[in-house]
Amino acid sequence: MSLTNLEKKINSELNTKINSSRINHEQLEIQIDKDSLLDVVIFLKKNNSTKFRQLIDITAVDYIGSENRFKMIYLFLSHEYNLRINLTFNINENEIVNSLTKIFPSANWMEREVFDMYGIKFNDHPDLRRILTDYGFSGHPLRKDFPITGHTEVRYSEEKKKVVYEPVKLEQNYRNFDYSSPWEGTEYIKEVQKKND
Amino acid sequence: MTKEKKTLNLNFGPQHPAAHGVLRLILELDGEIVEKADPHIGLLHRGTEKLIENKTYSQAIPYFDRLDYVAPMNQEHAFALAIEKIMDVEVPIRGQYIRVIFCEIGRILSHILNITTQALDVGALTPSLWGFEEREKLMGFYERVSGSRLHANYFRPGGVHKDLPRGLENDMLDFCKTFPKIIDDLETLLTDNRIFKQRNVDIGIVTKEDALNYSFSGVMLRGSGIHWDLRKSQPYDCYEQIDFKIPIGKNGDCYDRYLCRIEEMRESVKIIEQCLKNLPKGPVKSMDNKLTPPPKKEIKQSMEALIHHFKLFTEGYRVKKDEIYTAVEAPKGEFGVYLISDGTNRPYKCKIRAPGFSHLQAMDYLIKGHMLADVPAVLGSLDIVFGEIDR
Repeated sequence: MSLTNLEKKINSELNTKINSSRINHEQLEIQIDKDSLLDVVIFLKKNNSTKFRQLIDITAVDYIGSENRFKMIYLFLSHEYNLRINLTFNINENEIVNSLTKIFPSANWMEREVFDMYGIKFNDHPDLRRILTDYGFSGHPLRKDFPITGHTEVRYSEEKKKVVYEPVKLEQNYRNFDYSSPWEGTEYIKEVQKKND
Repeated sequence: MTKEKKTLNLNFGPQHPAAHGVLRLILELDGEIVEKADPHIGLLHRGTEKLIENKTYSQAIPYFDRLDYVAPMNQEHAFALAIEKIMDVEVPIRGQYIRVIFCEIGRILSHILNITTQALDVGALTPSLWGFEEREKLMGFYERVSGSRLHANYFRPGGVHKDLPRGLENDMLDFCKTFPKIIDDLETLLTDNRIFKQRNVDIGIVTKEDALNYSFSGVMLRGSGIHWDLRKSQPYDCYEQIDFKIPIGKNGDCYDRYLCRIEEMRESVKIIEQCLKNLPKGPVKSMDNKLTPPPKKEIKQSMEALIHHFKLFTEGYRVKKDEIYTAVEAPKGEFGVYLISDGTNRPYKCKIRAPGFSHLQAMDYLIKGHMLADVPAVLGSLDIVFGEIDR
């Protein structure tokens, strides 16, 4: 089955649940609604003409400043038909996403990672703990408003005979160079121009 | 009267030699039977994805070496392919061949380490002494081509950084001649070894269905009898032109996965040999100087080359707005990069899909009902490296 056939097939079978679809770099991208996630995933996994029986990864993207802040991305692979499909939908900060753990056990850690990194919560997740960050960590590191230096640093304290957490003290501010081309107009020049206009 | 069941909690790691790095495994034991395993990961978390978002594309490549640090170039490959696909860049055929050669060297590096340490975990010391001697030679090839034994930073979008130095081709061919003998020697130590078989046969069995459900890839999938290898099914670079076989396991236990890795090393040697014999002449990287730096010689004479050089090493190149998922068959399984570019010189997001992450996740499923002594055997056959799991 080719990607275009798959696109037609999915659009005809699930037409109410698909918002848009496109083929990009030999993969099918489907936009759905948050609430139809489980139905679409079950269809993709169980249907004989799709057979997306492996969940490759779950991730999110932080588009800070836009109305729906996060975009969830689910990647699936069908070994039988050698096809890849990406499901995406947008959610805002407070929305809760349904968990895929009942359909794919491997979603467990992937969702924990999304929760840890972006603070997105999942319904019916058996064990939604942090996974990659430290015990007792606060904040969600991959959010765009989380500073790259973090908030705390650790050192071994000779007096207390243990590792202690302290607020980050930088000897020098984090340097974020603006390398954009002066010929195309850097941001600060554009701002000056805007003010002059 | 009901008998009260008492379980013992055991903390395995994070400083345990058989944990293959910093894994903290909390085991619930009923006598010597494991009831539950809860792996705590993240002790080597360095925030690679966050760092990549704050660096230019060329500054991001070295971070990929530090993921699965026993096969660095395979990771760089996934990132380079993602950028090439977005920018629609053609890699010269010689560059593709060199990349394939070094990917297969990475596969041998990783498999030697895994097989010998797995043997070490179940009590055999000699294989690691023999195997590491060979790894040393392979890392020597890494050093000669990139200047460093581990963190190579050699694959670049558009090709590879530099052509092979003089004499390296012959030395690699010599290695291909001697190495199969070493694999035979390793096999005489392990394949029919009574202790090795007692510790691995029928341990950690994965069925086909579960291998798919738990997102297994690479040897973990093939060991269970699923015919799937991205080098064959979704070929990248010049893998299509190369003749090689994919070994498949039958029972899905630790022993089958060991056998798959041994066979894969033999196939890798064949791939390297084929590539070296048919190595075409020509450039090794794309000639588009908006992406790859011009040769040093030109910089001294050509103003344009000087400007290109300066712009590439300050601003870096820009990647047009797009989203892409690319995956390569890394030694441990499907290593993928989900790259979102926004038209600037830095990635907007770069999600790294590490094969070991899903493999380790299945630890609870794999070890339930096994004996405590099987934990190192199963961990060994999962082939986990914490650089990529913790990122």
